[in-house]
Amino acid sequence: MINRIIAWLADVAHWQGDDGILRRLVEHMEYATTALVIAALIAIPLGLYIGHTGKGRFLVVNAVGAARAIPSLGLLYLAFFWLAPRLSGEVAFLAPAGLVLVVLAIPPILSGAYAGVEGVEPAARDAAVGMGMRGTEVMRHVELPCALPLILSGIRSAMLQVIATATIAAVLGLGGLGRFLIDGLASQDFPQTASGAILVAVLALAVDMAFALVQRSVVSPGLTGRYGKVSL
Amino acid sequence: MTWLRDHFVDVLSLAGQHAYLAGVPLVLGLLIALPLGWLASRNKVLYPFLIMGTGLLYTIPSLALFIMLPLLLPFKILDPNNVLVAMTIYTVALLVRTVADGLGAVPDAVNQSATAMGYKRLRRFMSVELPLAVPVISAGLRVAAVSNVSIVSVATLIGVSQLGSLFTDGFSRAFLDPIIVGVVACVLLALLFDVAILLVTRLVTPWQRAGSPAA
Amino acid sequence: MMNRTRIALALVASAAMLAVASCGSGSDPLASGGSTKAASAGTIVVGSANFPENALLAEIYAGALSAKGITVEKKLNIGSRETYIPALKDGSIDLIPEYTGALDQYFNKDAKATGADDVYAELKAAVPATLTILDKSAAEDKNALVVTKETADKYNLKTIADLQPIAKDLTLGGPPEMKTRLTGVPGLKRVYNLDFKTFRPLDASGPLSVQALKNGQVDVANIFTTDPSIAENGFVVLGDPKGLFVAQNVVPLITKSKVNDTIAAALNAISAKLDTATLGALVKEVVVDKLDPAVVAKEFLTKNGLG
Repeated sequence: MINRIIAWLADVAHWQGDDGILRRLVEHMEYATTALVIAALIAIPLGLYIGHTGKGRFLVVNAVGAARAIPSLGLLYLAFFWLAPRLSGEVAFLAPAGLVLVVLAIPPILSGAYAGVEGVEPAARDAAVGMGMRGTEVMRHVELPCALPLILSGIRSAMLQVIATATIAAVLGLGGLGRFLIDGLASQDFPQTASGAILVAVLALAVDMAFALVQRSVVSPGLTGRYGKVSL
Repeated sequence: MTWLRDHFVDVLSLAGQHAYLAGVPLVLGLLIALPLGWLASRNKVLYPFLIMGTGLLYTIPSLALFIMLPLLLPFKILDPNNVLVAMTIYTVALLVRTVADGLGAVPDAVNQSATAMGYKRLRRFMSVELPLAVPVISAGLRVAAVSNVSIVSVATLIGVSQLGSLFTDGFSRAFLDPIIVGVVACVLLALLFDVAILLVTRLVTPWQRAGSPAA
Repeated sequence: MMNRTRIALALVASAAMLAVASCGSGSDPLASGGSTKAASAGTIVVGSANFPENALLAEIYAGALSAKGITVEKKLNIGSRETYIPALKDGSIDLIPEYTGALDQYFNKDAKATGADDVYAELKAAVPATLTILDKSAAEDKNALVVTKETADKYNLKTIADLQPIAKDLTLGGPPEMKTRLTGVPGLKRVYNLDFKTFRPLDASGPLSVQALKNGQVDVANIFTTDPSIAENGFVVLGDPKGLFVAQNVVPLITKSKVNDTIAAALNAISAKLDTATLGALVKEVVVDKLDPAVVAKEFLTKNGLG
């Protein structure tokens, strides 16, 4: 078994071409990063706003919990029936899966952003106000940098989730590494399926480690890195 | 939604199957994660290995794990036990860190007092450390429960029936009713698990209600 | 390193699972539907592929068998042939509705027959020793290459052979396994010398294939001839003059050790009553009218005095 998987992965032909590993890898990352960027554009401002004002906190906490329970496969099918008849061309393939990935990525980023801002020590905020900063300035110069560690870890877990879920998108005819899983399953080609699984896990791991490095380098040295306990 | 009325019993039975596939692994996963988490919290050298190793497990896509398990285990291809094992692995992956951090957060002073009172290692763990770590572990368990309920539905792609079967049935006939019912039922089931874990947590941590939060 | 950790943990998990399964499997109240237990000798586990017509046929088989007092368990919508045949071989299921031509080519890499009776005979000889097929029915559900009316008019398409000069500009869509199947992409190349621009893996003649064809996401799609969506959307079924898509009569494939006279008689009686028009009408009730496969199956069985 293991030998057959290694043989499959070692076969140069499996890495090249329109349905090769490299192409699928690029597709997978395209889906994942696009969804992540869209989700971040929605969730970070919303989370900052909620954390800053305290409005809608109850709603967010519960919505984030409920969203975790939504089965991605069911959501994917619903999105397909809703969107596919309204679109055409490649977009009709991409939109349903894209929607699901965005919906899945929002909760972790949102809760990271709002918890990050909420966790900023009142003293730091008061000091900023005392220095003459206004609402948006406090947000930009104090709350955002202080919340950054939690925002980043929210993005990091969203990324993991999106990379894993993007595999299921292959059931709707999309590319990405999930193709190897679905095609291997449909044609009972276990080396292909297992190779696909290994590739996705390795990709998730690599991206996660890259994120850890980014996290370390962008977080203000003023923060100790012990999330939640902020000391300036 | 006449479809739901006509199929209420079927949906209930699928939900029961779903609860079984998502729930049993929670218990098994907790039982496995407790000793691993304890080990990680005691041993500074093992900690990063255990946390990273189990964290890695969570990066295996569910579909991939479902497909590969029959190759590693003595179960047949369509056997629901494959799903139980996969979900147990995910539960362990989520819980080891929580257990380790929960146990690690028990103040040294408390442990020392317990030792001074003559508690031996195991007894101290069972009656002092573990109870104090329950709130943290319970929070992790809630995340695992909700995520298990969601992941189990993917098992329909490998022919194991549960609420996810409604998705494939609805999809293959372009029929929305079963899909919507399935999604709603999944969310309700997750909610049920959540409430159940909260209740059990309240029951086993009576001191929390007395007003003084655990450390 | 990480793999070893992972395997070690998987082993720990599985050991715990085994311990639990071995002491708890007898008293599991919830495992009724997709039971984990090995079916007892008298029980027939009926499986089906992952498309509505096959699930419907499985319901018909199951209904007829229970009417004869046989204990039946159902495991429907398992997946493609590449998944459920191994399930049949390892005893996870005992019986599944099959299609002669496709099954023949699955078991027999050198399958040559094209006519209904020849295919049946060739299949009968190729079926593995532990399995057997019963009588075939007149009902046929073929794979077919289908295009929209506009595409057919634009390129003046009547048969698959007409695709030859333009295939390099067209996208073909079908179930993922079509990419490697003998009757799939390799067969189109071998028999009709077709090289499509790309092959797009979709679903087994389901809504994804229909929608993709309708939207122009693919130009040519693999759709089953009994599929009501063909009439619904005015799709054009391309002729198959070279007989790539061989006869596909519905036939019960069953574990040999499970067959007895009662079971054989019940299933053969169904095959005798089924023809393509009847099957098409039944599929329409399931797919278009959204009736339960079990309900439609019951209706068919009652009407024909089989259940």
